[in-house]
Amino acid sequence: MTNPVRLVGRWALSEIKNMGSMFIFLVTSVGHIFIPPFKFRLMLRQIWFFGNKSLLVILLTGSFTGMVLSLQVFYTLNKFGSEALLGPAVALSLIRELGPVLSALMVTGRAGSALTAEIGIMRISEQIDALISMALSPKRYLIVPNLVAALIAFPLLGAIFDLIGIYGGYVVAVKLLGLSSGTYFSQMQSFVNMDDIWVGVVKSLSFGLIVAWVSCYKGYNAGFGAKGVSRATTEAVVLSSLSSILILIWDYFIGSVWV
Amino acid sequence: MKIEIIDLRKSFNGQEVLKGVNLTIHDRELIVIIGRSGVGKSVLLKHLIGLYRPDSGSILIEGEDIFKVCYRDVCRLRERFGVLFQGGALFDSMTVFENVAFPLQEKTRLSKAEIRQRVDHALEDVGLTGVEDKYPAELSGGMRKRVALARALITEPSIVLFDEPTTGLDPISLNSIHRLIIRTHKKYQFTGVVISHDIPQIFDIADRVAMLHDGRIVEVGLPEEIQRSENPVVKQFITGSLEGPIKVLQ
Repeated sequence: MTNPVRLVGRWALSEIKNMGSMFIFLVTSVGHIFIPPFKFRLMLRQIWFFGNKSLLVILLTGSFTGMVLSLQVFYTLNKFGSEALLGPAVALSLIRELGPVLSALMVTGRAGSALTAEIGIMRISEQIDALISMALSPKRYLIVPNLVAALIAFPLLGAIFDLIGIYGGYVVAVKLLGLSSGTYFSQMQSFVNMDDIWVGVVKSLSFGLIVAWVSCYKGYNAGFGAKGVSRATTEAVVLSSLSSILILIWDYFIGSVWV
Repeated sequence: MKIEIIDLRKSFNGQEVLKGVNLTIHDRELIVIIGRSGVGKSVLLKHLIGLYRPDSGSILIEGEDIFKVCYRDVCRLRERFGVLFQGGALFDSMTVFENVAFPLQEKTRLSKAEIRQRVDHALEDVGLTGVEDKYPAELSGGMRKRVALARALITEPSIVLFDEPTTGLDPISLNSIHRLIIRTHKKYQFTGVVISHDIPQIFDIADRVAMLHDGRIVEVGLPEEIQRSENPVVKQFITGSLEGPIKVLQ
């Protein structure tokens, strides 16, 4: 009778311990962001790692998302005779929700797992120990550049996703469905305001922080051998995706307050 | 620099690996710690630079307990160490030059020209030239160890730790690394701690030899004393016999 209780208790304690350790990891890493010397070259390299390597997939998913959105929303608006609002509908959906969320999910799948594997390999090949033995902080060299890079790259990728998505929607709306290009863009200008853009930016920032945090933490604490790295990588992707779901829920609440 | 290890204990997942290690390492001596694989030699070495924290016990570096001083002082103590890790632990995204120059770039204010000069000199010291622009993955195991040794010595540390410096090397590379250790020790006069199970070669390089068995140092002495030891554990280990107090899986 006590065994299942004990098992649940042990599981709960270990999860609380993990959460605590993840939180401490984040706090100490963020603390290092503000302490010089700053590693600008490493940060630039990691922005390139997140940004450039994910650009193609962002361009593809962004354009097709905008196109599908335009097609489906036109079908709905047509029923009410409000096709003129297609531009703002596509732009608001992309800027407030789809841009940050989908671009973050694309980057998580590609760069998040690669980041965990890279740091995990540095852990098992004692490169992190080598940094510590040189009296250098591994967090400054490995974690901070990734956190900063993600905080810069995610909003930028989200913006590119929005832009390409709006143009994808334009192609479908104007070239395929016969809407005038003036209607598509002029209505957009009057309906999209700065607050909408801020909502998207805040979401992208939170996604960036979560993906970099989870991926770095999992890699930094990878177990022994190749198996440890592979497990850490899988856990990082699963955790990042779960976090995305949590963020979506959280976004809903933010969205309902921030209208 | 003198190192004192006092009653060091460490467990992993309830299994006690170090059960009260006591050892004094004298200034500028080259001590070799021998013992079977998995006995805790690398764990002991990693305690010396504070990579692991013990369950109890202390390590004094020139009288300062590395586990009791503040983080800044731990860093100050670590700056006096050079470590040659088992696999070299070279940064695989950097070239050989960048690897060896890294501690100087990060910890000193030397100019680029001075760093270039020091790196060239360090690589020459370990018998490597013309590989500066290669990446670690392009080097053989022996060459990687040499680069790692050059990186460990570049800051002219007072203590150098060697974690199984010859693992995975052929006999010729093994002897050349041993010769390199002797030569650099003579030249830089550091306190050296070598983890190894290269019997009998280590008797030629060591000032003293200590044997770690069952979580404790069971014997420490001059190489010839260890070779003549009557301790059955030491005797079995250095002869490689299957019969004796050390349990062997058949």
